[in-house]
Amino acid sequence: MAKVLLEDWKEQYRDEKIECMSRDEMSALQSEKLVKQVKNVYENVPFYRKKMDDLGVEPGDIKGIEDIHKLPFTTKEDLRDNYPFGLLAVPREKIARVQGTSGTTGKLTLAAYTEKDVDTWGECVARGLVMAGLTSADRIHVCYGYGLFTGGMGLDLGARALGAMAIPMSSGNTKRQLMCMEDFGATAFGCTPSYAMYLAEAAQEAGIIDRLQIKASINGAEPWTDEMRLKIEEILNINTFDIYGLCEITGPGVAMDCIHHKGLHVYEDHFYPELLNPADQSACADGETGELVFTTLSKEGMPLLRYRTKDLTSIDRSPCECGRTLPRIQKFTGRTDDMKVIRGVNVFPTQVEAALLSMGGQVAPHYLLIVDRENNLDVLTVMVEVTEEHFSDEIRKMEALKERVGAVLKQALGVSVRVKLVEPKTIQRSEGKAKRVIDNRSL
Amino acid sequence: MSLNNTVQQLSVFLENRAGRLDEVLKVLAEGGVNIVALSLADTSDYGMLRMIVSDPHKGRVVLKDAGITAMLTDVVAFRVSHDTGSLSKAMHQLVEGEINIEYMYAFANGEDAAAVLKSDEPVRVVDILLGSGFKVYSADEAYTANA
Repeated sequence: MAKVLLEDWKEQYRDEKIECMSRDEMSALQSEKLVKQVKNVYENVPFYRKKMDDLGVEPGDIKGIEDIHKLPFTTKEDLRDNYPFGLLAVPREKIARVQGTSGTTGKLTLAAYTEKDVDTWGECVARGLVMAGLTSADRIHVCYGYGLFTGGMGLDLGARALGAMAIPMSSGNTKRQLMCMEDFGATAFGCTPSYAMYLAEAAQEAGIIDRLQIKASINGAEPWTDEMRLKIEEILNINTFDIYGLCEITGPGVAMDCIHHKGLHVYEDHFYPELLNPADQSACADGETGELVFTTLSKEGMPLLRYRTKDLTSIDRSPCECGRTLPRIQKFTGRTDDMKVIRGVNVFPTQVEAALLSMGGQVAPHYLLIVDRENNLDVLTVMVEVTEEHFSDEIRKMEALKERVGAVLKQALGVSVRVKLVEPKTIQRSEGKAKRVIDNRSL
Repeated sequence: MSLNNTVQQLSVFLENRAGRLDEVLKVLAEGGVNIVALSLADTSDYGMLRMIVSDPHKGRVVLKDAGITAMLTDVVAFRVSHDTGSLSKAMHQLVEGEINIEYMYAFANGEDAAAVLKSDEPVRVVDILLGSGFKVYSADEAYTANA
């Protein structure tokens, strides 16, 4: 209920030793963990033994973190091929929990955790909660889905590690969410950015914002823009934080941004990040955009070497103004999966979001991209919601609005788009990950 | 004359989607809102439903509760007798007055017909029509026409 300005912010750390460790010390720690982990997977996971044998690499060749490039990659397909328990490095009895992908197509991707893996996960989320200014006195309303999807459980484990109160709402039923948020005096909430936006709009519409005690929100699981972040902060008068994670690595809590919002701090003592050039998998220089690849340094249940996330970002290893030395990955431009090539131009859904938000509320920042191929030409249709304030009963005015949206999008994307205006609040708000693109081309 | 002579029209933005009009009409029916007149304009993407109803405010509320966005617009409704040229006469007066008409639709009203007209200057429209001898409906009269 009160956004804290940067100049009044008092930074706090959950694990200052790790979070502010010098680069040399961190490298030494990572080297020690990597050597152990490689030996572990070589001995206990036939899949990795074979991969390493094929590459002619032995555990002894890995002497420190600088040797990581010698190791084989792991892809989502590898996880599917070894579904469900083919990549375990411990006996099945040691597995305390499984989680899965939020589910896109076909078989889901399963991740298995030992008791210690679960603790590490909670600890990482707790570091992020502290970074967001929360303490054990806070009440955290979790409207991420609970279930196989890691969102709900991740935040819950973080709240538990922190000693804060968790309100396990799960997703859906916005009216009830708002009622509980108010009645239980939640001081923070976690959900996808698109649902946070939806909740903010709903709270505004219900006129209850002054009665909420929310001061921060933790939003992730899908890419979002700074414009969207500022909009949520403005409506609810709170601070928002971006959380990143994927179930293969642990779930939310792999990285999170601080009040300075200059990238998401990666908990690299557990998850070692590499940025690789998508074309030839060579290492990117700091600041250069590439595919994010993770090696789990501490994981026991299902450790992964060099897991290709398909998320595109860049990394900054310079110390942050918040005092942390943990490297920062930039907000995601998108996934290699989400990027669409339209008439030869790369288009990311987040560009559409930024462009719509730049229009000062003339249209809502909710959209759906539909790509079709007509007469061998790509056609991009963007469905955009009309807002109640800018709705007119005069078709002339609506057509003018449509033209304005088309012009702004063309400017932002570099390709012309067909704009389709739809009724307010009809584009689906996601409670897991928002579906932003439908590609009808059979390429 | 004052705005007392303008009528509130209920306008709904409709996606071109099977069954959408039916949904809107059903919500109004269940809310006990009677439709006196309507016009449906269409474009390739969407339609614009404009209605004179028994209680426009209530209509807007029941639609909003059903998640349908509607707005109220000031329009002018006036009597057009069933004589050849009567509508033409009204138009002529409005053109003389340099009134820009956005859209218009008509409905039968007992012995006569009524025309509903949207302009940026509803108050001047009322003035001109009254000044040239036309009967302009008050809101109550319009909402209960044919009732």
